[in-house]
Amino acid sequence: MADRILYNILQIFVVIGFAPLVEGVTSRLKEVVQSKRGPSVFQPYRDLWKLLHKDEIVSEESSWIFRAAPYVAFAAPVFVALLIPVLTRYPLFFAFMADMLGAGFVLALGGFFTALAAVDTANPYGPMGASRTRMVGFLAEPVFIIVFLTVSFVAGSTIPYIVQVRWITPISNFFEPSHVLLMIAFLMLILAEDGRIPVDSPSGMFELAMIERSKSLEYSGRGAALVKWASAMKFFVLICVFLNVLVTPWGLASGMGLAEVLLAIPLVLVKIFVFILLLVCIECSLAKLRLFRITEFLGAALVISAVAMITRLSEI
Amino acid sequence: MNDSPFPVIFALDALTGALFLLVGLGVVATRQVLASLQLFIAQSLLLSLSAALLGIALGSLHLIAVAAITVATKTVMIPWVLRRTVSAEVYRTREIDRVLNIPSSLLIAAVLIVLAYWIANPILSAVDAPFARINLPLGLAAIFLGVFTVVVRREAVPQLLGLLALENGVFFAGVAIVPDLPVIAELAAAVDVPVVALVVGLLTRRIYTQLGTTSVGQLASLRER
Repeated sequence: MADRILYNILQIFVVIGFAPLVEGVTSRLKEVVQSKRGPSVFQPYRDLWKLLHKDEIVSEESSWIFRAAPYVAFAAPVFVALLIPVLTRYPLFFAFMADMLGAGFVLALGGFFTALAAVDTANPYGPMGASRTRMVGFLAEPVFIIVFLTVSFVAGSTIPYIVQVRWITPISNFFEPSHVLLMIAFLMLILAEDGRIPVDSPSGMFELAMIERSKSLEYSGRGAALVKWASAMKFFVLICVFLNVLVTPWGLASGMGLAEVLLAIPLVLVKIFVFILLLVCIECSLAKLRLFRITEFLGAALVISAVAMITRLSEI
Repeated sequence: MNDSPFPVIFALDALTGALFLLVGLGVVATRQVLASLQLFIAQSLLLSLSAALLGIALGSLHLIAVAAITVATKTVMIPWVLRRTVSAEVYRTREIDRVLNIPSSLLIAAVLIVLAYWIANPILSAVDAPFARINLPLGLAAIFLGVFTVVVRREAVPQLLGLLALENGVFFAGVAIVPDLPVIAELAAAVDVPVVALVVGLLTRRIYTQLGTTSVGQLASLRER
């Protein structure tokens, strides 16, 4: 019992500690692919360190929501890290506290608070970005629901630890059409949720075109650090759900020993690195969609997930 | 899933089928003419892969011949014919004229896929072929999607590609139901279909030189000059 609690807390620290690294590697690789040198992979850590040591300026016109939002946004992925398989194959102490839908709701809560905070300051770009994020959000919602419905129908459970075992026993389950289609739909969902390139440009500096980034323009100092860190962690958590539950449930610790769990950390990071390579290929070969084309992108994701559900329900 | 005598090939065929369907959806929804041609090539490759898998599993040389012929005609000849006859201007078009916008046509496509499964169900109880459970509904779905592409597109080349995708669907269902599909039938199609592509390609070229557009949807009504 005690070691299950310990590993669960270890998972949280892995998510908190390695999320900026994942962001740094992503941006570095992107720059390398575009024949630039790019910043160091540890640049996000330096940014966070710098921001944490700066003064915070809060508008007098803003309410408590603006001050509370970074903490809520930071807490949401940390809480989700308790629920999902990051390092181990077997359920940990808090795993049965909530299922995948619960984790989705908690992540959505963080997004909701940052959107409210963006509206709160009345900075002209904040509410625009917030409303656009909501648009992407409610278009992504049905895809989320169908993916979770299909996954839980297949596995007979909504707990991610049970789902991941189902896809690889026996191994031929991995090639099920519904599984492959779900993977594609979920990948499109990650691109949309994290503001990656076909939907939003993460490195864009033009406020009028921003979707995800303009929400945190008004933050400074510690608030900015927390919001930045929270978005890196949200990305990390989404990748973990994608890789450990849906795509490659290998490389996770199956024994109870501490050494085995510690060994799982580099293995998971290697998996994430491979995923980032794929992501960088997508980001560098596509152009950003116009705002109203996002409907088509997520509509395609919806249809793919619906087809996955159909092929599953008709028992292929 | 595991009651099949060939679990691995069964799973691979199911995967091929899923990708086949996905590419079929792409033919319905893509915006560029060139992309829809490339998607059609991918669909034909997946069709021949499925035929080859079935040929290996059932020990049928006919199906492997079908796969080879499909690769030769549909991924090499037809694209070559279309690229040669239709001018490059058409392939550079990015925004294709269509009747419905992309999200609604995708939703209708999803309904068509449900319909295909629904129709295939009673037929499946009558067919005693091991792979029909995968190929028949997906083939039917590809037929519907092909017809829907022809309906929803208003450009000549994508309409032709819809027609060819329909034909792919027929073969996708056919290889599972009739394992010893006579090679002569496939050979007939192999000669026939490139000719259709050639005719439509030449017609499109003619329309394009006369009107400067290939939006055949606008040709529905007569107009005095």
